[in-house]
Amino acid sequence: MQTVSNGRLDAKVPAGRLQDKWDAYKGVVRLVSPANKRKYTILVVGTGLAGASAAATLAALGYNIKSFCIQDSARRAHSIAAQGGINAAKNYPNDGDSIWRLFYDTIKGGDYRAREANVYRLAQVSSNIIDQAVAQGVPFAREYGGMLDNRSFGGAQVSRTFYARGQTGQQLLLGAYQALSQQIAAGRVSMLPRREMLDLVVTGGCARGIITRDLVTGEMERHVGDAVLLCTGGYGNAYYLSTNAKNSNVTAAWRCYKRGAFFANPCYTQIHPTCIPVSGSYQSKLTLMSESLRNDGRVWVPTDPADQRAPEAIPEEDRDYYLERRYPSFGNLVPRDVASRAAKKECDEGRGVGETRLAVYLDFSEAMRRLGEQAIRERYGNLFEMYERITGDNPYGTPMRIYPAVHYTMGGLWVDYELQSTVPGLFVLGEANFSDHGANRLGASALMQGLADGYFVIPYTMGAYIAGADLPADVSDDDPAFLEAEADARVRIDRLSTVQGDKTPTEFHRELGAILWNHVGMSRTREGLQEAARTIANLKEEFWARVRVPGTSDTLNKNLEFAGRVADFMELGELMACDALRREESCGGHFREEHQTLEGEALRHDDEFADVAAWEFTENGPKMHLEKLSFEFVKPTTRSYK
Amino acid sequence: MAKQMTIHLRVWRQAGPEAPGRLVDYTVTEANEHMSFLELLDVLNEQLIGKGQDPVEFDSDCREGICGSCGLMVGGIAHGPQRRTAVCQLHMRSFKDGDTITVEPWRARAFPIIRDLVVDRSAFDRIIVAGGYVSVTTGGAPDANALPIRKHEADEAMDYAACIGCGACVAACPNGSASLFTAAKIAHLELLPQGRVESERRTMAMVDQMAAEGFGDCSNHAECEAVCPKGISVAGIARMRRAYMKGVFAG
Ligand SMILES: Cc1cc2nc3c(=O)[nH]c(=O)nc-3n(C[C@H](O)[C@H](O)[C@H](O)COP(=O)(O)OP(=O)(O)OC[C@H]3O[C@@H](n4cnc5c(N)ncnc54)[C@H](O)[C@@H]3O)c2cc1C
Ligand code: FES
Repeated sequence: MQTVSNGRLDAKVPAGRLQDKWDAYKGVVRLVSPANKRKYTILVVGTGLAGASAAATLAALGYNIKSFCIQDSARRAHSIAAQGGINAAKNYPNDGDSIWRLFYDTIKGGDYRAREANVYRLAQVSSNIIDQAVAQGVPFAREYGGMLDNRSFGGAQVSRTFYARGQTGQQLLLGAYQALSQQIAAGRVSMLPRREMLDLVVTGGCARGIITRDLVTGEMERHVGDAVLLCTGGYGNAYYLSTNAKNSNVTAAWRCYKRGAFFANPCYTQIHPTCIPVSGSYQSKLTLMSESLRNDGRVWVPTDPADQRAPEAIPEEDRDYYLERRYPSFGNLVPRDVASRAAKKECDEGRGVGETRLAVYLDFSEAMRRLGEQAIRERYGNLFEMYERITGDNPYGTPMRIYPAVHYTMGGLWVDYELQSTVPGLFVLGEANFSDHGANRLGASALMQGLADGYFVIPYTMGAYIAGADLPADVSDDDPAFLEAEADARVRIDRLSTVQGDKTPTEFHRELGAILWNHVGMSRTREGLQEAARTIANLKEEFWARVRVPGTSDTLNKNLEFAGRVADFMELGELMACDALRREESCGGHFREEHQTLEGEALRHDDEFADVAAWEFTENGPKMHLEKLSFEFVKPTTRSYK
Repeated sequence: MAKQMTIHLRVWRQAGPEAPGRLVDYTVTEANEHMSFLELLDVLNEQLIGKGQDPVEFDSDCREGICGSCGLMVGGIAHGPQRRTAVCQLHMRSFKDGDTITVEPWRARAFPIIRDLVVDRSAFDRIIVAGGYVSVTTGGAPDANALPIRKHEADEAMDYAACIGCGACVAACPNGSASLFTAAKIAHLELLPQGRVESERRTMAMVDQMAAEGFGDCSNHAECEAVCPKGISVAGIARMRRAYMKGVFAG
């Protein structure tokens, strides 16, 4: 492992007071004239909140857009599944919120491992997102007076979360998808669904195109553009079981990494405390029960591990509401990393419930007594229904059983203040970048970030790049860089098809997932991480000797798609372990057992690790570059939710 | 302990859009009641790959009933026997040990088959492109609370907005009509002041596009509502008709 400090990492944060940076930036940024915009083609990969909002906004400004996604329709991007809500510093409830407070909560929630200037900007534009969404017809929840309703999420003591039942992601995404459709109608966006980006094309030192595979015909395609926006989501599916959609993957980001984009903080993954527990080995994914449930649900386990009574039959005095006990000021609303580790601790110590004993109760009986069943039904009806469909239990009558599951990845491609990666012309938005959540993301902040990036940040920062870069206009798709990238992609596909071994891609993926969950999951140790690195390396070797991909590459073939993604997840898994090993501290979602307080809380080492580790791909292994984080405006303190 | 079951499947296999298709029989012996229906197909596919055969292709993504990717005729019913449930959320406890289940793709003129159980639903996207949006661009939106909206209207708009675009309504309709899908978007936007402004124009454009895509007309069978995983009401279709007539008379 080689290390370079700051070196090529210039975050390009504007000078000045935190509050003034973004306005100052916008005031002096170079613009592209309206007549010129249509001369530029921008490739936007992904149609989640980040991609759809960026594509719609840039098209409306006049750029030519090509938009890509894996699903059969842009509307089905993984963002659709977000349930609970979106944060914004509107302060409508007048309960003390402000831009500063949202900024501060986010920086603190991220355990002081995010860049101040980016996070402040996020808080600043948060209000505009809600205005924009309402203008598009997003049917947010309202009060009887006709005003928008708010709820609370973890890590905050104010109510700043806007929601549309338990389907906030769906409604925000449909808003962005409809805005995108308007631009398709206007002829400014060409939409290419059922496409998978398999490589990035870099020529003349700049990102100028991508290689995609048509997932129906298997055809390889070369697309030329003046900039590439990568909005391809997170890599939580490396763990096989996660709350992410089945098609979520790291492939596009990983290929960019291999073409020179640095990968930052890959070890920061978020394990969400409230998911439906695993029920068997056939399990294909895990289902989240929104964090919003912790507004009214109380988490508990029986005090006595031997207590076999049905949960309804266990009286108050025999229950341990351990979050309320350990964290009296935030109670059930502590941030996710804290809640997840606490659940793991209870189960590790034998107090888990249910068939597998890997679950804790989330109980609504008190809230139902206080507010009535109807109020609970209105707030969470669809989540309760979903729970019942999956488990067969009725949560109106008996507490839910929940357990933590992999949910979100804070790590991602490194970007500067302009959301530009270390490859000029490659911008990274949404969950695919590493930028705003540090070592832990607060609930309802991913939707906010994706839309902030796409609607309000990228139009300025990408414009600045286009206006300032002297891009040769004559790059064509038979440029050697395009031919080489396409040939590489073909070789990989052929290689997958020719092994014809005896193990399916899914079997490999499950094994990889188990390694990562056990050693690079909620709690990590030096030995475990070394073990993970070793076993993943072996698994990788086995994969290329034994994988069996059925069918051919000239038709729809999901096993072929998945095999390619599993191969990339394995390489990523090695980097995750490597990054986790290097970070000799505990922060946010990264908990190293060697670094904890006497009470078992995470112990940061700011003197040594107040940094971003950005990894560069080299043939001799990953090379680390450090971006030192300086906190000029907030003082890092030990996070306390007690 | 979870109950083990054996399930017999008759699955539609079709190699490509032009290829002939047929039902093929399979048996899965290690099904269990907690498994979802798609997990059963996963298990079948692992079994087929092991035997050197091509797995059954089907679409799915979220597996939480929200993305609308999945969609199968299960035992002749769109999304299967459980009401208000997308097939990814259908669990094997809805079936009995030893059951034989027929699995087919959506069948509709406007949804050509791509392979096995996968169909092309891009016609839905084109209906939205025809007008399923509020014509605003980013920036300059007024404050979100500038315009109060009656709670019951916002709630009703949300009922329609909940559509996941899966296509079950089309598959269940004897005429292969996309009226419920189209009406859901029209009603969602018309119920809100932001969307009402363009309602007639939107409705005419979307309805005309629906016809151009080869979807049939609605003749009030209401089979669509019965299979809709989100319980979208056919009352939306009446709304759509009214807005369309208004558009016609406005010329
Ligand atoms: C169950 C669940 C609930 C959540 N609830 C909330 C919540 O309440 N609030 C909140 O703030 N956050 C929530 N999150 C997190 C949030 O939903 C995501 O972080 C966010 O939606 C990611 O958006 P995105 O635009 O970055 O990417 P995605 O929505 O993941 O979109 C990725 C896009 O990239 C495309 N793509 C990927 N790879 C390729 C490739 N190789 N080639 C071509 N296209 C590709 C995909 O097709 C897709 O269109 C939740 C997440 C989950 C899993
Ligand atoms: S897979 Fe998303 S709705 Fe069924």
